[in-house]
Amino acid sequence: MNDTQIYLLLPFAAAVIAPILVRFLGEKAAWILALFPAAIFVHLFGLVEQISNGEVVTGGFVWVPSLNANFTYFLDGLSLTFALLISGIGTLIILYAGGYLGGHKHFGRFLSFIFLFMGAMIGLVAADNLITLFIFWELTSITSFLLIGFDHNREASRRAAIQALVVTGGGGLALLAGVIVLQSISGVSELSLLLGQGDVVRDHPYYLLAFFLIIGAAFTKSAQFPFHFWLPNAMEAPTPVSAFLHSATMVKAGVYLLMRMNPVLGDTVIWETVLPVFGTATLVIGTLLAVRQTDLKLMLAYTTVASLGLLVMLTGFGGEKAIEAAVYYLIAHALFKGALFMIAGIIDHEAGTRDVRKLGGLRKAMPITFAAACLAALSMAGLPPFFGFLAKEEIYAAIAHPTFWGVSITLLTIFGNALMLVIGATVALKPFLGEPVKTPKNAHEGPILLWAGPVVLSIVGLVSALFAGFSNHDFVSPMASAIAGTSVEAHASVIPHFSLALLLSVITIGLGVAVYLKIDQARFAMAWLLAKIGWGPDKGFDQFISGLVRFATWITHRLQNGRMEAYMTTVFIFFGVVLWGSMIYFDELPNVPSFPVLSFYEWGIFTIAAVGLFSVIYANDRLTAIVSLGIQGFAVALIFMLFGAPDLSFTQFMVETLSVVILALVMTRLTLNKTDARKLSEQLFDACVALLAGSALMVLLLSVIQQPFDTALSDFFTSYSKVVAHGGNIVNVIIVDFRGLDTLGEISVVMIAGLSILALIRVKGQKMRKVLKQ
Amino acid sequence: METALSILSGLFFIVSIYLLLSKYVIRVLLGVALLGNAVNLLIFTAGRLTREVPPIIPSHLDVPAVATANPLPQALILTAIVISFSFFAFLLVLSFRAYQDLKSDDTETLRFAEPKNEPTPPLGY
Repeated sequence: MNDTQIYLLLPFAAAVIAPILVRFLGEKAAWILALFPAAIFVHLFGLVEQISNGEVVTGGFVWVPSLNANFTYFLDGLSLTFALLISGIGTLIILYAGGYLGGHKHFGRFLSFIFLFMGAMIGLVAADNLITLFIFWELTSITSFLLIGFDHNREASRRAAIQALVVTGGGGLALLAGVIVLQSISGVSELSLLLGQGDVVRDHPYYLLAFFLIIGAAFTKSAQFPFHFWLPNAMEAPTPVSAFLHSATMVKAGVYLLMRMNPVLGDTVIWETVLPVFGTATLVIGTLLAVRQTDLKLMLAYTTVASLGLLVMLTGFGGEKAIEAAVYYLIAHALFKGALFMIAGIIDHEAGTRDVRKLGGLRKAMPITFAAACLAALSMAGLPPFFGFLAKEEIYAAIAHPTFWGVSITLLTIFGNALMLVIGATVALKPFLGEPVKTPKNAHEGPILLWAGPVVLSIVGLVSALFAGFSNHDFVSPMASAIAGTSVEAHASVIPHFSLALLLSVITIGLGVAVYLKIDQARFAMAWLLAKIGWGPDKGFDQFISGLVRFATWITHRLQNGRMEAYMTTVFIFFGVVLWGSMIYFDELPNVPSFPVLSFYEWGIFTIAAVGLFSVIYANDRLTAIVSLGIQGFAVALIFMLFGAPDLSFTQFMVETLSVVILALVMTRLTLNKTDARKLSEQLFDACVALLAGSALMVLLLSVIQQPFDTALSDFFTSYSKVVAHGGNIVNVIIVDFRGLDTLGEISVVMIAGLSILALIRVKGQKMRKVLKQ
Repeated sequence: METALSILSGLFFIVSIYLLLSKYVIRVLLGVALLGNAVNLLIFTAGRLTREVPPIIPSHLDVPAVATANPLPQALILTAIVISFSFFAFLLVLSFRAYQDLKSDDTETLRFAEPKNEPTPPLGY
């Protein structure tokens, strides 16, 4: 265990102490708790220089070597940038949560969940071992379930939480299958080794299987169409959760997985077809749906869906340029989207509504928030000198190819980016500009805990672009190299230079401004269109879940129908079929036995037993039934006697006598119906079932006795009974000595049965009825 | 003689299964009692039969002088007889108490734990 590993696991420690600190310090605990992610950030920042020189930091320990599951991590450019975003934004989110949810009675629990999530997320991006990767992946699903359902008193919240869990958890199963396939294809269980096995994996016949499983996991986690619906619904969570999970972390886990797998699975036709198609579709659908919304958080959520689509498209577009653009956009998006979510939360917190139609003119009341919003929105719009500008330039430079494919993707991207600009402007500018509107709460600037986060993030978005040389060398190039699998040198700068990319940027901005001015009409048109369609995957999810519940209910009622004879019939038919079937299949049926040679008294006793048996069936009064039962029992006792088992015979006599006595006692209370309640057809059917199962046992026994007999055990007991255990009666010696412990178990069974009988008799009918009524 | 006992044991099974399939608790109980005997006979026969020589060592010898009956199945059956008896007694009292409280010995109407029209689980969240 070295320091890096301790730092990576630090959030779990914070999760334990958070509730305790909150109990003593209230919301001020956020200041102390923010030191945990800050410490991680600082430590990881110290590794930047080393990793940007192409080194990797690895470590860990062996966990379950027989399953190739090791607790190992490795940090290269990709993991490090992700981990820095998670811990850095995490620090700000903890502070923000202190301001946003400070007075909440479960604030401690909330912080605990956030830290668990942060730990899982850092573990996910740092994991080296494939199984560890899967475990952290599932842990992010589970912790996000807890966070989205934090406000569990509301049904919408519970629904969103279950939806997120079902969709991303299902993807998690695909991931597990995917890593197992990858492991069996390549023979390695560590990501760092797998990265060098790309050619082996791509040429393997199971490549397609691995590909679909991995993109299944990534698309569900990163809310790609048609799995996009859970992300906007997850906005039911408190805003700090939305800002953290849905900007930089959870939803980017899918993108992380795709980027991580790019050297292994990428560079194939299917990779470069499926990813851009679904990514572009998600981009366009996400932005169109965003236009429809009036709630600030929902608008941002849909643009997040769109941005994820853009990232997936870039990751799968092919070529180093596209990878580089994806890296720029990922960093830019994490910064501005985190800030904008927090700003939406501040507006909601201070003005009392998130409906964009009821907001306006807040710039005087909330100047700091307004400033941060402007910076973030300019970055989102891709204007210089912000980091978003670098991203947009690189995207257009990468995808604008003079082919049909390149042109169509470029046009759709321009469309999507323009609409994103519209949403960014609507969220960040509309509430602040124009005439002041009366809001439910008297709006004023929030406390420093609230605005610290967005201010820092939007300033970073500006500074990182101004010092683009530093960002390029320390973050973008190492990350792009890790994704591409070869060394990539990034050198975007904020100084605009005339190129096709700049022209496309200008077109995007122009289109965006045009739509922004007509935003109300655009919203109306989208609302009309969606009402026309009337069905979406979100509704489909409800139908799927209720269909599943109905199906499960139906099948349960089928199998567990509450009729004992149905259970019995099933058991015996199965029993008979299995016995007969296996004997016939393996050709183990007995030979036809010769006619048995018995003395006349043996025949007599056998006949008595058989007569006793059948008269039990046909007895139509109590006495006959009891007597018949006694007859067959005593006949069995006589059989034991004849074949050298006096002990058995004696016990059987005792037990049969007792049974008859008890049965007689109870039978005086219970009625024995004169006729069988079954219809003749039912009787015939039951007789057939009984014949099937009973004859199977008979034939089995006949076939057993035709086999040679192994007397080893019996000989052992016979020869050692006297010598070792000093007893002449071998049966008794076996029971009390050789198998004494079995006998102890048997006595316990008898005792428990006795106690239960006692309890049953003691519980008075009155009391029982009372229990039953409840 | 093993053959004859195998067939007898099979008859025991057939009759007891037929009784177990019926709808009245009391018939099911009779079936349970018969099933115990059926299984005991099966074990006894599968251990092979020897006439009239119990597995007992005379006091002046260390091992029996002649071949005796197989002691192992006898030990198993001895345990089984006692357990099936206590099982039978328990079931008997249980069905008696059920009859007292539910006023029925017809398994069709003994549906307290699994009522006929069980409501479907909630479909919301």
